[in-house]
Amino acid sequence: MTDPHRGGPARSGRIRLAAGAVALALLAPMAACGSGEDGGIPTINLYYSPEQNLQKVVDDCNAQAGGRYEIKYRVLPRAADEQRVQLVRRLAAEDSGMDVLGLDVTWTQEFASAGWLLEWTGERRAEAERGTLAGPLETAQYEDKLYAAPKNTNVQLLWYRTDLVSQPPRTWDEMINFALGLKGRGQPYRVITMGAQYEGLVVLYNTLVASAGGQILNSEGTKAVFDDGAVRALEVLRDFANAGITTSSFSNTIEDQARLDFQSGAGAFQLNWPFVYPAMQEADPELAKKVKWARFPGVDPNTPSKVTIGGVNLAVSRFSRHPEESFEAATCLRNPEHQKFSAINDGVPPTIESVYAEPEMAEAYPMRDTILAELKDAATRPLSPAYQNISTVLSATLSPPSKIQPERTADRMREAAQDALESKGVLP
Amino acid sequence: MSTDSTTTVDRTEAAGPKGRVPAPRRGRGRVPLSEGKRAERKLGWLLCAPAALVMLAVTAYPILYSVWLSLQRFDLKFPDQREFVGLSNYVTVLSNGYWWTAFGVTMLITVVTVAVELVLGMGLAIVMHRTIIGRGLVRTSALIPYGIVTVVAAFSWRYAWTPGTGYLATLFGEGAPLTERASALAIIMLAEIWKTTPFMALLLMAGLALVPEDLLKAASMDGASAWQRFTKVMLPVMKPAILVALLFRTLDAFRVFDNIFVLTAGANQTSSVSMLAYNNLIRGLNLGIGSTMSVLIFIAVAIIAFVFVKLFGTAAPGSTDEGGRR
Repeated sequence: MTDPHRGGPARSGRIRLAAGAVALALLAPMAACGSGEDGGIPTINLYYSPEQNLQKVVDDCNAQAGGRYEIKYRVLPRAADEQRVQLVRRLAAEDSGMDVLGLDVTWTQEFASAGWLLEWTGERRAEAERGTLAGPLETAQYEDKLYAAPKNTNVQLLWYRTDLVSQPPRTWDEMINFALGLKGRGQPYRVITMGAQYEGLVVLYNTLVASAGGQILNSEGTKAVFDDGAVRALEVLRDFANAGITTSSFSNTIEDQARLDFQSGAGAFQLNWPFVYPAMQEADPELAKKVKWARFPGVDPNTPSKVTIGGVNLAVSRFSRHPEESFEAATCLRNPEHQKFSAINDGVPPTIESVYAEPEMAEAYPMRDTILAELKDAATRPLSPAYQNISTVLSATLSPPSKIQPERTADRMREAAQDALESKGVLP
Repeated sequence: MSTDSTTTVDRTEAAGPKGRVPAPRRGRGRVPLSEGKRAERKLGWLLCAPAALVMLAVTAYPILYSVWLSLQRFDLKFPDQREFVGLSNYVTVLSNGYWWTAFGVTMLITVVTVAVELVLGMGLAIVMHRTIIGRGLVRTSALIPYGIVTVVAAFSWRYAWTPGTGYLATLFGEGAPLTERASALAIIMLAEIWKTTPFMALLLMAGLALVPEDLLKAASMDGASAWQRFTKVMLPVMKPAILVALLFRTLDAFRVFDNIFVLTAGANQTSSVSMLAYNNLIRGLNLGIGSTMSVLIFIAVAIIAFVFVKLFGTAAPGSTDEGGRR
């Protein structure tokens, strides 16, 4: 203690060496995180949710690039929430290790507003817009600028049992009456769809609002509206939940549960995404033969439904070191040829209209005309950077649907959504 | 915990160079320091300066930064609309139902788990203390739950309580216990208790070691029953250790996060305040509101520590007046 020089120069040299080693150990992983530019070919890191055959598309694009870039497919977690959390955390930290991002349609405005995405301009924009359906394209825009290229889209359909129902119902009222009639005759009658407290419930509500001609936010996405149409949609949802025709677990049902419930033969109707059809053909071919599809039921008998679209957009990170190559890679990944491949092999409907007319599509998508009809007259979820927050408070307020009190529920949602738009909302 | 000893160093340091002596506190007298003593103090201060600086950088700076964030509208979604809003984030959070629900849930979990852990931990500590055969084995195996990563253990609990994959879910009839509020909270508390009782036991065992064997023998000679020896002799002697154990566990329990994150993700009103802060910060990207919650949690933790230290007189072993202060 008393003699600070004890130990001498040899000791301090050793300490310096140790300090150097520690510093190196701390820095080495950071260096490893860097670009990874071996051999001069830029690596384009594609962050995308698990999609079984996407690697084949990536390989194809790499072959076409002819050595200008090499796409590496980095698989995101399966759950949408976890995907978003990973992307958000790394983008907020300005991580340059991410180049092309697979974004759920509802995240695009949020990421664009945060300044994390590069705008698509000029020839790139024209290429992304060429032949792309209007609805999916709208989900890739923010303040009239294009921030992503739609890779695939999705819409829910009405699936019904032809052995129980001769004509598909056109409205919710009609569907409820059909189901009550079947119930009276002791036949399978249930209407199966998603009603748990999660994004799926908001999707259903959004479809109802759009079909009733209502609005959740104003068209600029800056103010919470919840007009008469939004209240009417709440009435439909409440009446449906209380009509005694849903499954007992309606308020806990998510996509796959709905599919299984219908496959078990309990339902006459199912409102769900197209993935249920190939799954049913595999699990119960006899039942699948009896099942047909139709456009989602509407609210008003004279107005066809407007159905909420899902899907994925490809965007380029602002922190990418190779923006030019990233745009090129994203364009390749979603070109018509690859959209067709993914549609057939991974069951994700294309965003480019002409792809639906391809002969190979007929077998994989017997319901393609209905899908296309819905897509041409589709509804987007509120296009606001605050959508994620709005959706969280909406699903919390809408759940359970049987307890909805239309006027009051609308007031509460309007207030909560407005708070979210002003960054004053608290998420549960 | 070490507040007391730090202030001592602080005071002498401030007084040091000029040789002025601050007014003695609590009647404890203080003599002027000799030259050598002062140099030693200075060296001591210099030696701990690097550590103090690192602590400042990694704790004081983030705390002050989150206080600063909590006074702003700062939402990563709307970077252009960042502005100073004073205390309005605090008004928003403190007038919000979700916050108070989460606060209630957190308090419930804290009180129930710490109380149960104290009782079970005491039992386990006595067993570990009294075991003669295979003492090492007993102590090691009792500590296993504490050695397992919380998230991993939480996943095991989750699968165990999920119908279809778990053996526990079917034991309690139909239904999914993790989707109902009451049963989900009970499972969260069970997982917490299972995990941290060994830690409690370990702290209490240190206290048991303080109880002199002679004292117990003397009490026994005087005809005290086992229960009387426990309540009249062991508990009073162990009191400092018990309070320290309670303080540690209460602070920990109030910040409960990982078990809830894995088991329910806060669904059905099972969020704790930490969970809520995470949701608003990481999922909502609302740095203003999220930081406000973090600051409120920090204040709550500080109040808990204050209550324990000042009101119950908790002190770190070795920093009591009779004991270790050199």
